[in-house]
Amino acid sequence: MNRRMIFYTVGQIIGLEGILFILPLIVSLCYWEETSIIYFSISLVAALVMGGLMMLVSKPGNKVIYAREGFIIVTFAWIALSAMGSVPFVISGEIPSVFDAFFETVSGFTTTGASILTDVESMSHGMLFWRSFTHWLGGMGVLVLIMAIIPKNSGTDSGRAMHIFRAEMAGPIIGKLVPKAKDTAKILYFLYLGLTLLEFVFLIAGGMPLFDSIVHAVGTAGTGGFGIKADSLAGYSPYSQWVITIFMILFGVNFNLFYFLLLRRFRTVFTNRELWVYIATIAVSVGIITWNIMPIYNNFSDSLRHSSFQVAGIISSTGFATADFNQWPQLSKNIMFLLMFMGGCAGSTAGGLKVSRVIILFKIIQKDIRRLLHPRSVTSVKLEGKAVDNHTLSSVSTYFALYMVLLLGTFLLISFEPLSFETNMSAAVSCINNIGPGFDQAGPMAGYAVYSDFSKVVLSIAMLLGRLEIYPIVLAFYPNTWTKK
Amino acid sequence: MKIVIVGCGKIGSTILDSLVEEGHDVVGIDTDEKVVNEMMNMYDIMGVCGSGTDYAMLQEAGADNAEIFIAATSLDELNMISCFMAKKMGARHTIARIRNPEYNLENLGFLKQQLDLSMALNPESLAAVEMFNILQLPYAVKIQTFSQRNFEIIEMIIKEGSALAGMKLMDLRNKFKAKFLICVVQRGEEVYIPSGTFELQAGDKIGLTASIPEIQKLMRSLGLGNKKARNVMILGGSKIAYYLARMLLASGNGVKIIEQSHEKCEELSASLDKAVIIEGDGAQQELLLEEGLNTIDAFVALTGMDEENILISIFAATQKVPTVISKINRNELANMAAKLGLDCIISPKRIVSDVIVRYARALENSRGSNVETLYNIMDDKAEVLEFNVKGDFKQVNIPLRDLELKKNILIAGIIRDRKPIIPSGDDCIMKNDKVIVVVASDQRLNDLSDIVK
Repeated sequence: MNRRMIFYTVGQIIGLEGILFILPLIVSLCYWEETSIIYFSISLVAALVMGGLMMLVSKPGNKVIYAREGFIIVTFAWIALSAMGSVPFVISGEIPSVFDAFFETVSGFTTTGASILTDVESMSHGMLFWRSFTHWLGGMGVLVLIMAIIPKNSGTDSGRAMHIFRAEMAGPIIGKLVPKAKDTAKILYFLYLGLTLLEFVFLIAGGMPLFDSIVHAVGTAGTGGFGIKADSLAGYSPYSQWVITIFMILFGVNFNLFYFLLLRRFRTVFTNRELWVYIATIAVSVGIITWNIMPIYNNFSDSLRHSSFQVAGIISSTGFATADFNQWPQLSKNIMFLLMFMGGCAGSTAGGLKVSRVIILFKIIQKDIRRLLHPRSVTSVKLEGKAVDNHTLSSVSTYFALYMVLLLGTFLLISFEPLSFETNMSAAVSCINNIGPGFDQAGPMAGYAVYSDFSKVVLSIAMLLGRLEIYPIVLAFYPNTWTKK
Repeated sequence: MKIVIVGCGKIGSTILDSLVEEGHDVVGIDTDEKVVNEMMNMYDIMGVCGSGTDYAMLQEAGADNAEIFIAATSLDELNMISCFMAKKMGARHTIARIRNPEYNLENLGFLKQQLDLSMALNPESLAAVEMFNILQLPYAVKIQTFSQRNFEIIEMIIKEGSALAGMKLMDLRNKFKAKFLICVVQRGEEVYIPSGTFELQAGDKIGLTASIPEIQKLMRSLGLGNKKARNVMILGGSKIAYYLARMLLASGNGVKIIEQSHEKCEELSASLDKAVIIEGDGAQQELLLEEGLNTIDAFVALTGMDEENILISIFAATQKVPTVISKINRNELANMAAKLGLDCIISPKRIVSDVIVRYARALENSRGSNVETLYNIMDDKAEVLEFNVKGDFKQVNIPLRDLELKKNILIAGIIRDRKPIIPSGDDCIMKNDKVIVVVASDQRLNDLSDIVK
């Protein structure tokens, strides 16, 4: 166990966060919000000093890390990141409770977008920006960012970088775009930045104010969903809502496909099975919900717009809202509840189980049923034209089982709250899938303020579990990981 | 540089390892999913699972814009087709591992030309050449040549009672009247780039540079003479054995090959006229002694098992065979064997990866880097590099004693107008020279200017 390297990398992460505090500081300077300026400056210095000290103390001689260190680094990096990220909220008094601030920051970094704020509009611009910017960082991953920007001096120490890469990127099978992990990380971040800028341009062209455009662009990119208005996006023009709908769907697509598009490998993109399942699911859901909510809006274009927006928001795990879907008919709500489980494609910034996992799960079912019929048959499960090896198959099944156990565990733990079944169940599902809003009292126009501190901690853990895809956290707290056995 | 490697077996993975170490963008292709996953976990590479002759796979691996394409599977034909396809797709340089003697003797030139191969790699033949060189100079454990054989680095071990033991380096030249330089010393696990006050001990492994006539002069004054191995016993009738026997026979040595399999014996006796082929189990000490183990000049262990080679070599060494060479493929075992007292260890895959790294460096050289050739010596603990002195090197015409070199770096030789100079403090580096530099492996040199402080 290379403890120094773990400590060192966590220090790096905190230092990087200190540098990134410059961005909300700039926003605060632009709006001349004196308190935010002071508190972001304090946080910046604190993070830099702390990160710097950690790196100094633990300068590792041996930089080799294995899978186990990779998992532990990712877990502690994310916890440290969230703790440090909540400092400005607490010291400025804008979110005075430590638990609330931690919940809000975890919700930001895990791109959940579940909020305990009851009055968003009273927050300062600096804090609102930082809150949404955590989505952008958490979406693609902070360790991936570190990998992309910090120069490595020799080939050997980055050799095991794949362990971290895999732990932070979402999906059952993670491939590289180019041979070096560092270059892959760079490409991903360039694509991510490019798409975010594109959305920003579209929003600002549609007349959305500058600040709102930035916040919503970064919020969509990370598939987060923190809004800056009490009614989320209901108050903006239909054009802006359509732009955000489309970009929510785009950010739920595997980023590798955008890279292949740039390389003009159209065949690879258009024969991608996962993409088609994703699009088909969206199309069918939108169709049913549009028909189902027609009586409420009495006009096709509004129904289509609201249903598309909400479906895109849920399946991409963003969680913006243009309508209070709590008021919708039960059929629509149930469809959305199911979409929460599915989530976006592997290799995107979206949460949930991921489309490719769902596809593999169904194929495993098909395979096993066929085996019951023909006990001697040999069948292989294929995805994207390639056979998926047995190891991946069993790990997908295990993942699903573990996911259900943790989901139900979360549900049980937050059931101490005197809230309805619908509220608690949807809150648990929403948090572990990094969606944001749930139903009933946890609905899109309400929030998580009703929960006690204990439940907030439980839900924070659920969000981290969902974002890091369970294993890193479970392993980091599994006793055998730390013993020398 | 983008490099695609087909086949990540013993040879392929060793090549991959050293190319990743050099910082190249490497893509590995293998049909075995497990191997690909393992490679991707261990190295920062992209892995593709599939056949190296599948067009779609090659495209996915990016063979079309690869700078170097290497096919290193165990099947010659597959390697050739794979390289052929890659070349047609647009790979700049293709290297195929072709080891069957059938292809290697008369046909190789034709094949290389027709398939447009940049290089045909034959690990067995390369290993045989290296062994042959050592058998030519039996006091050396390893020999590396630079600048078209004008200049050699010889690794040898100072035996107990040698005239070199206990000498300070600065006194050597006066005593032996030969122009040579001891540029690196390995003592135990440590490697030193020695200064003039360094004192040699028995048991040290030294790296020595000199021109060939000077080396012979030195060896004569050390009383080692220049006796070649006349009678060589080879254990195991592998492909290496075949290539080595051919070379030895051609230069008039006696060769005895011991091989277990009857078919192989038949094959060998058909293709090697003058060699004595013995059918039998070489692990039986009785058989080895019966075949005259204690009267031969050199013993070469070439069975397919590293462990067997080590044990039988140790036995041969106890029988006072002057030169014992063992083929050991696994690095860990090679280190162990060295500790057990075996001096001459040859690893075919290591040789191959050195050749590839050298090729890649030469390609980079043509695009700006100045490293002409590179050799790893002293069990990879030190590197020898050959640089071209170009216009941008500032310290020309300064006597070497006035140059402030970095720690653990030594100028081992200068080649001017194709003539080697073993430098003393008065020599200078001049434009258009080739400079040979020895450096401990913890440093990385890319340019000659990197050697000065």
